[in-house]
Amino acid sequence: MAQKLILSQSPHYHGGDSVERNMYSVVLALVPALIASFVVFGLGALIVTVTSVAACLLFEWSITKYILGRERSTVSDGSAIVTGLLLAFNLPSNLPLYIIIIGALVAIGIGKMPYGGLGNNPFNPALVGRVFLLLSFPAKMTTWPETGQLLAYTDATTAATPLALMKQAATGNADALAQLPGIVQLFIGNNGGCLGEVSVLALLIGGIFLIYRKVITWHIPVSVLGTVAVVSGIMWAVNPEMFANPLYHLFSGGVMLGAIFMATDYVTSPMTPKGQIIYGVAIGFLIVMIRLFGSYPEGTSFAILIMNAFTPLLNNWCKPKRFAE
Amino acid sequence: MAMLKTFKIGGVHPAENKLTKDKQTEVLLPPKQAVFPLSQHIGAPAVPCVQKGDQVKVGTMIATAGGFVSANIFSSVSGKVSKIDSVLDASGYRKPAIIIDVEGDEWEESIDRSEQLVKECNLTPEEIIAKIKDAGLVGLGGACFPVHVKMMPPKDAVIDYIVINAVECEPYLTSDHRLMLEHPEEILVGLSIMMKALNVKQARVGIEITKPDAIAVMTEKAKAYSGIEVVPLKTKYPQGGEKQLIDACTGRQVPPPPAIPANVGVVVQNVGTVYSIYEAVQKNKPLFERIVTVTGKSVKNPCNLKVRMGTPIAQLVEYAGGLPEDTGKLIGGGPMMGKTLMSQDIPTVKGTSGILMLPETESVRKEERNCIRCAKCVGACPMGLEPYLLATLSENSDWEKAESDMIMSCIECGCCQSTCPSNRPLLDWVRLGKTTVGGIIRARNAKK
Repeated sequence: MAQKLILSQSPHYHGGDSVERNMYSVVLALVPALIASFVVFGLGALIVTVTSVAACLLFEWSITKYILGRERSTVSDGSAIVTGLLLAFNLPSNLPLYIIIIGALVAIGIGKMPYGGLGNNPFNPALVGRVFLLLSFPAKMTTWPETGQLLAYTDATTAATPLALMKQAATGNADALAQLPGIVQLFIGNNGGCLGEVSVLALLIGGIFLIYRKVITWHIPVSVLGTVAVVSGIMWAVNPEMFANPLYHLFSGGVMLGAIFMATDYVTSPMTPKGQIIYGVAIGFLIVMIRLFGSYPEGTSFAILIMNAFTPLLNNWCKPKRFAE
Repeated sequence: MAMLKTFKIGGVHPAENKLTKDKQTEVLLPPKQAVFPLSQHIGAPAVPCVQKGDQVKVGTMIATAGGFVSANIFSSVSGKVSKIDSVLDASGYRKPAIIIDVEGDEWEESIDRSEQLVKECNLTPEEIIAKIKDAGLVGLGGACFPVHVKMMPPKDAVIDYIVINAVECEPYLTSDHRLMLEHPEEILVGLSIMMKALNVKQARVGIEITKPDAIAVMTEKAKAYSGIEVVPLKTKYPQGGEKQLIDACTGRQVPPPPAIPANVGVVVQNVGTVYSIYEAVQKNKPLFERIVTVTGKSVKNPCNLKVRMGTPIAQLVEYAGGLPEDTGKLIGGGPMMGKTLMSQDIPTVKGTSGILMLPETESVRKEERNCIRCAKCVGACPMGLEPYLLATLSENSDWEKAESDMIMSCIECGCCQSTCPSNRPLLDWVRLGKTTVGGIIRARNAKK
């Protein structure tokens, strides 16, 4: 017999899923929010996004090649694009180029590659980059341009975001809540904030797409959003003068983006449904606590990073439901 | 329509590729030389009871069971014993086998070769089990566990259900499907005999809804038999796994090893096995023939063949149009749990349910990447295990933790590895872990 036969253990079948399929599905799911950001913030959003993605790709490529000395580059697996997009989505659209590049360097160079690249990083790289910038450039990272200045970049005029108003209310300014934009405006994204977080509608479309494609499961997004709604709802019921109603909490700031795209990051979230729900509930609780009682108006990034640190413990504690259990 | 039954956790949906489901079973002529490995079942190898030069007929016993958990082996051909030698078998090792040169096709007179259905069975349970044991029956689903052992459950176990595995959840394979279409009555008589032998009043036949014709004919015919219910099941792999099938058909769940189905009052048999019980008890025909699906996307004439055991696989491949040029793997069984064969000279045995010729493009594993911790393997595992973790623990030789994380519960269905986006060889590692941890457990028990 001339033909050489291949020998291996079963299974001799693969469903065809790949790292690329999952990563590019996330990219695709981010497209509606990306379009929304162009519509709301115009040129600035485009510049920030392109810079962030390009910088992340460049840093991943050069670190893989020159520092790790690996032959095969992981730059095409799509994860650096996702990191770049998510970092950009968490920045104001009037942020200067050099700050974005520093953010990308921290995200990829400190948040991801030192651990061995995709799969091994303990913290969400985009959030590591964002929080580094937030602490290093507090003023530039907390002034957001007004919506509708389609040709402006760093010269855009800035305005208070819904979250800033909610913070003022929670710290005693009784008039602040009255200045909040309507809930419909928040839902479609016509309000100030980081460039990718504003349109709840666009983010939800992306989230439904990811669940439909089985890239993510419902456990984390639903438990984060559910907890934010319940905890902020309790506070609102206690004192509606000081605290905004739960819909405002759900539809403003980074909650939607965080719950659907950042907390669900494969690498840094727990492996079992039970662990994912505990993780999601804790993130939701921390978000509301930081928003209402912390010194920052927004707590999504911190909440997710804090819970990233608990992921190994949750994996150890929360075993899947075994057969016959 | 009511919700279809299925097992509760995990599972995947591999492409079905049932190329031969509409192909009538054809009869393959006996080979020129037949090879009978002495170890083609779980348990002790059989012991030859013929010598070089002996004349045998079709249905002559050539090797006797080597212990309680073992099975007799019968010649599928008539002719002369050429030698008893070691030959390559499906395990990839050379093992002892009886080799017979074929002359003519003369059958033992005791075998009833007529097609006529024999419904009546007046034997006692003991007599039925003795006949099953004598006929060398083993489970034909793949594991090849001697049937008579399952027919004698532990004394303290109360069996109230027989579950028949007619799921055939492996892609490509259609031998059970064809058997149900072509011999439904024989299967039902065989099942009634099993029920009598075990003194069980209720039986359930689990069939996936991808076989509507089989469900229809079996349901219709089952009306004439008391206590037999056909259960249509939602399609999901590995529904043919013993524990998954019991869960799907009865809602009962077998606890982790060492528990067996009898502990939850159930005995499971494959539908092909039930047919061979009919043949053994009603027709005096021992186990020496079976239906084998010979298939593959590039195969010229994929088919279902009634094959005399001992026939070299090359003859089956030849009948189906020869080994396609692009073949990468020759597999005994299906793509999920089958074994790759290293040669076409390997003989067909009791456990050969299919011969699959997989194109090279589907045979080569893709490059392994870092685990991205997507948890898809955890979601796919029908036993509720964490394959990513068990693989890593095995890689790191952390056997204690592997045992406490229930590595021994793995049924090796391959769901985890087939869903892994990073193409990690999860099951390879888990098998290594199971072998090692199994050894540790046996050594510990031996000390006690």
